Amino acid sequence: MSEAKEFLNRLNLAEKDYSGAPSTMCQGCGHDAISASIRKAFYDSSIDPKQVIKLSGIGCSSKTPAYFLGKAFGINTVHGRMSAVATGAIVANHTLLPIGVSGDGDTSAIGLGNFCHMIRRNLNFTYIIENNGVYGLTKGQFSATADKGTALKKGKINQNEAIDLCELAITMGATFVARSFSGDRKQLAPLIQAALAHKGLAILDVLSPCVTFNNHEGSKKSLKNIRAHLDPIHDIDFMPGAELIEVDYKKGSETEVVLYDGSIVTLKKLHENYDPMNKMGAILELNQAKTDGKFLTGLIYFEPNRPTFTEQLDIRGTALAYLPEDKLRPSIKHLDAINKKLSM
Amino acid sequence: MSTINDVNICIATPNGSGSASANNILFKSIFKMGIPCSSKNMFPSNIQSMPTWYEIRASSAGFGSRKDVIDVMVTFNPETGASDVGKLRENGLLLYDTGACEESWLSRNDIQKIGFPATELSKQIPNAKIRSKLRNMIYVGVISSLFGISREVLIAVLRDTFGDKPEVIESNLMAIELGSKWVEENQVTQDICTLVTIEGGNKGKILSDGNTCSALGAIYGGVSVVAWYPITPSSSLAETMEKYLPELRMDEDKNPTYAVIQAEDEIAAAGIITGAGWAGARAMTATSGPGLSLMNEMIGLAYFTEIPSSYFIVQRGGPSTGLPTRTQQSDILSMYFASHGDTRHVILLPHDLQTCFEFSKLCLDLADQLQTPVFFASDLDLGMNIRPSEPLELKSPSLNRGKLIHEKDIEAQGNQFRRYFDLDGDGIPQRTIPGNQHPKAVYFCSGAGHNADAKRSEDPGDYKELLDRLLKKNHTARLLAPQPLVETSETSRIGMISFGSSVEAVREARHRMNQDGIKTSHLTLLALPLSPLVKDFIQKHEITLIVEQNRDGQVASIVRMDWPELAQKIDSVLVYDGLPVTAGSVHRLSMEKLGGKLL
Repeated sequence: MSEAKEFLNRLNLAEKDYSGAPSTMCQGCGHDAISASIRKAFYDSSIDPKQVIKLSGIGCSSKTPAYFLGKAFGINTVHGRMSAVATGAIVANHTLLPIGVSGDGDTSAIGLGNFCHMIRRNLNFTYIIENNGVYGLTKGQFSATADKGTALKKGKINQNEAIDLCELAITMGATFVARSFSGDRKQLAPLIQAALAHKGLAILDVLSPCVTFNNHEGSKKSLKNIRAHLDPIHDIDFMPGAELIEVDYKKGSETEVVLYDGSIVTLKKLHENYDPMNKMGAILELNQAKTDGKFLTGLIYFEPNRPTFTEQLDIRGTALAYLPEDKLRPSIKHLDAINKKLSM
Repeated sequence: MSTINDVNICIATPNGSGSASANNILFKSIFKMGIPCSSKNMFPSNIQSMPTWYEIRASSAGFGSRKDVIDVMVTFNPETGASDVGKLRENGLLLYDTGACEESWLSRNDIQKIGFPATELSKQIPNAKIRSKLRNMIYVGVISSLFGISREVLIAVLRDTFGDKPEVIESNLMAIELGSKWVEENQVTQDICTLVTIEGGNKGKILSDGNTCSALGAIYGGVSVVAWYPITPSSSLAETMEKYLPELRMDEDKNPTYAVIQAEDEIAAAGIITGAGWAGARAMTATSGPGLSLMNEMIGLAYFTEIPSSYFIVQRGGPSTGLPTRTQQSDILSMYFASHGDTRHVILLPHDLQTCFEFSKLCLDLADQLQTPVFFASDLDLGMNIRPSEPLELKSPSLNRGKLIHEKDIEAQGNQFRRYFDLDGDGIPQRTIPGNQHPKAVYFCSGAGHNADAKRSEDPGDYKELLDRLLKKNHTARLLAPQPLVETSETSRIGMISFGSSVEAVREARHRMNQDGIKTSHLTLLALPLSPLVKDFIQKHEITLIVEQNRDGQVASIVRMDWPELAQKIDSVLVYDGLPVTAGSVHRLSMEKLGGKLL
């Protein structure tokens, strides 16, 4: 009994309480590893699945919300439009914790416009991109994040510049931008925890090799090539705010980022002088990494305290979706006054 | 022969020249005199300098549609002067500025002409900056003196319009008086019409447009999320909401009970209301044809996953950019079958200010009740042209949220909940929203094939069952949506059906046909899918004419699809030049159609 209890989190939930339907991804797909990190992040942060909403667009990645947090409401939307649907859902109920999973086609091609505008609004939302550089569900065409010079399985070479979603997100005004790798749960899970604790929009661009259509020689997003060129900027650890009072937390020499809910992200620098709160510095480092053929990972950019979209709209208290009728309808007295005014 | 309170005045100006304000003052003055009146603004897709026409109709019989005969033409636009003169009826009256007139305008000998020196007179306006704009108020002065609008009425209207700006009232009044004094000093008269105050006429009536009343209706209908993208002629609907919401929808802590989001495009606007509807908000967007095209994919998602959402479509002339500032009813089928696959939607068809107000709430209600996108189909004429109406009346007291269930409901039914199961046999399942804490409440909403338990399914049986249930729900809507208004005459062999902004013109056309000895019955269509009452109506008449403002008879095609056996009993009267439909055109086309059949 006491042994079993060790595996329960603060809500007395086990990690399996954060599972969903069995995955239908290809065996070895990076997306499954990301789902596992998402489960672990929610479990470690002791978040009640009933308080969570899951969203996605269309594509392999967008199927995955069915494979975690089966006890949370979820919606699988339209290709490229998760950002718009999430905007509506979050405005309708700002009291819930939203997480979205999109793919590189979904986000960087068909949905790029809506993605940019969601960022501008600083929606309070954790947006994960499972980035493999190809369209999987339609069997292996280039996406807009395909690296220049990378080859398709059938040999076609991509001549176009890749869209760097992290760089774009920073430029568009994102307040939390991270990159990670599906196979690095040690880095990814705490990054997801931090993203969930962040007040505002958190973009996580997660490299996730497509083992079926983009894992060959010549592909820059093959498992082998990604592993060989990962360049973490720091080792990361996450401590949920609620647990700080329960443990004897010792401040170390690492950089600490305190999140809105009191959670602490500790970043042990691997890149000298890297400051995740320096916007121009972050963009320069991303560019340098691209030149060097490396994948910079970690919390790339962070800006606390910017008002979220619902704060800008002054939405507080009861969710709009739960307002009772008397709050939703003006009085007859007001209508009489309007009629009077319109009657001149 | 001079009439009393029967005149159609057309004012031709370049747009952006300040004429809108002058025309408004003139129209409101006639309204204030208690005379039945209406106005039509025929404006270009442009901000400044292109031709625009404003028609003001006084009708002692109380007909409010656009009149097809112009009794008085005010030519203040050099670009269109020559053709404007040509539009004037025989013995009509031409009013023009002698300082901005071309000889060719004056060649007609079958009309009355009054030239007045507006440009010259405007030089007396001390403020040079506003001189050219106030030049328009001079024709207001000329018309008021010629036709009998008193100074008191004009002052009252100026006060209503510019209430808190005494200097604006004064400068406008000065310009008006330059015109009226010129008429008096030169002892100019006309014998077209005299406007005579009707005591108690228009008492209590409001003057507004459909977009304003739709916006107010949605606010009173408990809308909580509005997402929109600017597009003519629907922008003013969303903007009116933005104007009234802060005043009407703050809670006791001064927090808004709504959100208005100007989206980056119509795709996002549709996405936002779909997300909001899924999460439980009363959500709506407003757009016109091009926006509707962009929203199609999202409408399919909401239809297939049964998410309430309201689409307010203010129709304009299409396809493509088409005539963005002109009116049309040509998006009926685009709404009815919006999106890909087997879809069929519910459309509400308001036709006056009260139905604009009432149906807005109803749209939100029906979206919740039927758990589907519901369309509110207005058009530019109804949405943007100012008209009188009885005061807006709140008829349905409470909001209808349909089968939205909460924790206690699930408990009460034995802790059971199946999202897509047809529990009541009406095709409408129960619905839960995120935030519901009951362990059975959760479901995964997906636009992919799914079964009654919201589990993803590619099973042919599940798929067909779902499509059939969605159709059943649409059949339920035939009786749930507002039923048509039927006005039958026992002796009539001819039926007429109209909807939206055509209804008023058809009323007048039927009056004229009656004067010709042709009795007709009428059905005002208030919603699609068609009510069985429409079938009864068509069956009862030898021939039924369906009046529509589109080229292809879109509602008629729905009638034929629903009841192919009635195909021989209907015909179409189609008016689609982009201008507000006139009784004259409906009358003429109806007679042409009937000519070979009955007469």
